[in-house]
Amino acid sequence: MIGIEHYVIVSAILFVLGVLGIFLNRKNVIILLMAIELILLSVNLNLVAFSVFLHDLVGQIFAMFVLTVAAGEAAIGLAILVIYFRGRGTIAVDDVNRMKG
Amino acid sequence: MIQAIAFYLFATLTIFSGAVTILARNPVHSVLWLILAFFNAAGLMILIGAEFIAMLLVIVYVGAVAVLFLFVVMMLDIDFAQLRAGFIKNFPLGFALAFVLLAELVMGVGAYKAGGLALGTPDAATAPVAGLSNTAAIGALLYSRYLFLFETAGIILLVAMIGAIVLTHRQRGDVRGQKPSSQISRRPEEATINLQPEVGKGVTL
Repeated sequence: MIGIEHYVIVSAILFVLGVLGIFLNRKNVIILLMAIELILLSVNLNLVAFSVFLHDLVGQIFAMFVLTVAAGEAAIGLAILVIYFRGRGTIAVDDVNRMKG
Repeated sequence: MIQAIAFYLFATLTIFSGAVTILARNPVHSVLWLILAFFNAAGLMILIGAEFIAMLLVIVYVGAVAVLFLFVVMMLDIDFAQLRAGFIKNFPLGFALAFVLLAELVMGVGAYKAGGLALGTPDAATAPVAGLSNTAAIGALLYSRYLFLFETAGIILLVAMIGAIVLTHRQRGDVRGQKPSSQISRRPEEATINLQPEVGKGVTL
């Protein structure tokens, strides 16, 4: 029998994979952004599972807003990535220190 | 039975493709595995009857965000080999941290199984209506009670769009653009001349 626990565990594993991805690919911004997308996906899965579990649609509506913010974040992040690449010719972000005071 | 099989199939594929996303050497493969992860997560959502969010996930993520990622990965000429330099060095710390995080989360679920905390009851006004499809129920709620939040989401997307355009737009000096004002202010008198040449004679301009 599949219960809410199964969904929460899948979502937890996905979340941890996202965090691990941020740790492992510290230099590559593209993979960093993808890891953030994985984290947001796990959050959405959790919200939807609990929304169904509690018979409350607000979870699914909130998941939609999370989706909105994730799409905006990806667009802005990739735009910043493109202008960063234009200026420096690389996307290695572990030495981003142009803005230090 | 069939539900359990579907759940385990979707869950395994979601987690597997999520793992390959962060471990793949080639970012293009990463994006493709990310798409598979999104598809399977959408399957997991369909399994519990949240078809609207599942379709939104496929349309927004696979249709827009993943394609945007692919576009950027393929457009930029990047040496991905040197970007993986710190991969092995960061592995032990990252793995230890991820393990601790996962242990904590699973422990939380285990504690919940022993008897969850009762944190209030769901609102009756936002409960799914019997006999109404998931999409219709969400629409009824979204366009009434959460209308302003919905419009705020639209504003956020607009700001993100304008921001992305402003960030990546550059003025290039070597192209000749249109000058709409001079085109519109041009009158027929200064653009054309009216001649009546004799028969057999040409026209000199």
